[in-house]
Amino acid sequence: MKIIVTIKQVPNVTKVKWDADGSLIRAGLPTIINPVDKHAIEAALELKEKHGGEVIVISMGPGQVESALREALCMGADQAIQLTDRKFAGADTWATSYALGCAIKKIGDYDLVISGVEAMDGNTAQVGPQMAEFLGLPLLSYALGIESDGKKVQIQQKLGDFERKIEADFPALVTVEKEINEYRVTPMDKILEAFEKEIPVWEADDVDAELVHLGLKGSPTKLRKVFSPKIEKGKVQMLEGTPEEIARQVADKLNEKFLI
Amino acid sequence: MATKANIEEHKNVWVFAEQNNGKLAKVSLEMLGEGRKLADKLGVELAAFLIGDNVKTSAETLIAYGADKVFLAEDPELKEYRTELYTDIICKKALEEKPEILIIGASAIGRDLTPRVSFRLNTGCTADCTELDIDEEKRLLVSTRPAFGGNVMATIICPEHRPQMSTVRPGVMAVPEADASRTGEIITVPVEIKPEEIKVRVIESNEKEHEGEKIEDAEKVVGIGIGASDPESVEYVKELAKVLGAKIGGSRPCVEKHIIPHEVQVGQTGKNIRPELYIPCGISGTVQHTTGITNAKYTIAINKDPNAEIFKFANLGIAGDAKVILPAIIKEIKKYKA
Repeated sequence: MKIIVTIKQVPNVTKVKWDADGSLIRAGLPTIINPVDKHAIEAALELKEKHGGEVIVISMGPGQVESALREALCMGADQAIQLTDRKFAGADTWATSYALGCAIKKIGDYDLVISGVEAMDGNTAQVGPQMAEFLGLPLLSYALGIESDGKKVQIQQKLGDFERKIEADFPALVTVEKEINEYRVTPMDKILEAFEKEIPVWEADDVDAELVHLGLKGSPTKLRKVFSPKIEKGKVQMLEGTPEEIARQVADKLNEKFLI
Repeated sequence: MATKANIEEHKNVWVFAEQNNGKLAKVSLEMLGEGRKLADKLGVELAAFLIGDNVKTSAETLIAYGADKVFLAEDPELKEYRTELYTDIICKKALEEKPEILIIGASAIGRDLTPRVSFRLNTGCTADCTELDIDEEKRLLVSTRPAFGGNVMATIICPEHRPQMSTVRPGVMAVPEADASRTGEIITVPVEIKPEEIKVRVIESNEKEHEGEKIEDAEKVVGIGIGASDPESVEYVKELAKVLGAKIGGSRPCVEKHIIPHEVQVGQTGKNIRPELYIPCGISGTVQHTTGITNAKYTIAINKDPNAEIFKFANLGIAGDAKVILPAIIKEIKKYKA
């Protein structure tokens, strides 16, 4: 079973800065693997342990995504591939899915692509479904559980108010929820092994990506502006006094508004 | 994506009308209200796109809620939602009819379907918007969404591709008034599904049972934030909720700390609430959270920090420790009820 896992490295802070074009300045921010993507790696590793095969992890981003890929290798992935090229920069979800899709095509001959449902920085949940479209794969999203017999994949799907069991033949794309598993603590021997592995860096030309589809230029959506939300100020009435006095005012107000 | 749209050819606003077991999703009615406003600003028609098995009665409802036209695609194979089949039907019709805008409720189905449709149509999609508007001069859809962890807002446009697509989370927009006297046209979309096109098989589908009322429908909500996440405060929050008959919700960090389940997380990555009364306790008020509470009618915020952002969203503010203030409030409310 050949499984490709796509992961995203995300900044681990809430204070961020933007450049004049409105693009996020990522330099200097501490980064982590997008948490739900670790569950995607774990799901792939568990399938491999049952059925044999290999797990290949890919990530697109600036040079520092190497650390995320290194961590994925530590967890037990067999191979990691880094997609780094200035031409990828500023991509929206469309152009991101295209670039990752090109890399997946280049790897080729896979049975499953697995990713986290969404990234904690953008929260769009678009890249998984869009890669599935680009690759012409059936999409099995929101997986709470995953099973395979080596020919097809079946998931327990959390679809809003419904829970479904759905399946598709290989190859297919699965997006996972964090409830799917507990991801492993890295075993020491894997850490040493992981640091000996080479991580190839692929550029746009290496994955036969067409320039017009890449990065900021290849993105259909454009950021017009970023702003801090304006809030009506001075509306709030702050209550003063002892807790008992405050409580009485609250209860009076609730009573006046027929809320108790 | 190279092929940019011939923008002048595209006209009208479309709303995807989601149904589950024949029941229209509330978020789709909310989208119709929003779609109506966009269509009126542009001076164009509003069409709803309804897919399912034997769902024609819902088409009339969509007209009553503001649609001028309903595209209706029915087939027994469409009883259960499946990404690829829905995508095929919508995209085929969209390529023929060329809508300029397509908006979709960001339910689980909406978030699964929309990206695939947008990729196939070579167009962009802005996810989870909190506001939609028209730039009348440029005739563009302007979508606003919280960006980057929800500390800032971003406005996003899709200038060169059509349709311009956006999703909006449930509860952000109001359900419009239905008008049974409205008339509209129901257009049957021919459906032909070949067995080899069915790639995903639905083995089982069960509607989850809810423990009582959903937070998005609750009349009263008490919110827990990190500032009230110690065991003592949590107990007081529970007691307050009990005396008020309120549901308990909270901020994302409290979900991550397993104090509350994800189903009751309030905010951008959780639920949008519109209660008569909201009492956030120990919630600082990041944009991540406050995008989910802007429709609360009356808010009483409790926070240790008198400068907390949450007070900007409150009618009454209490600068204090929840575990000191809450027992006093509970006592006073009990007096009223006695």
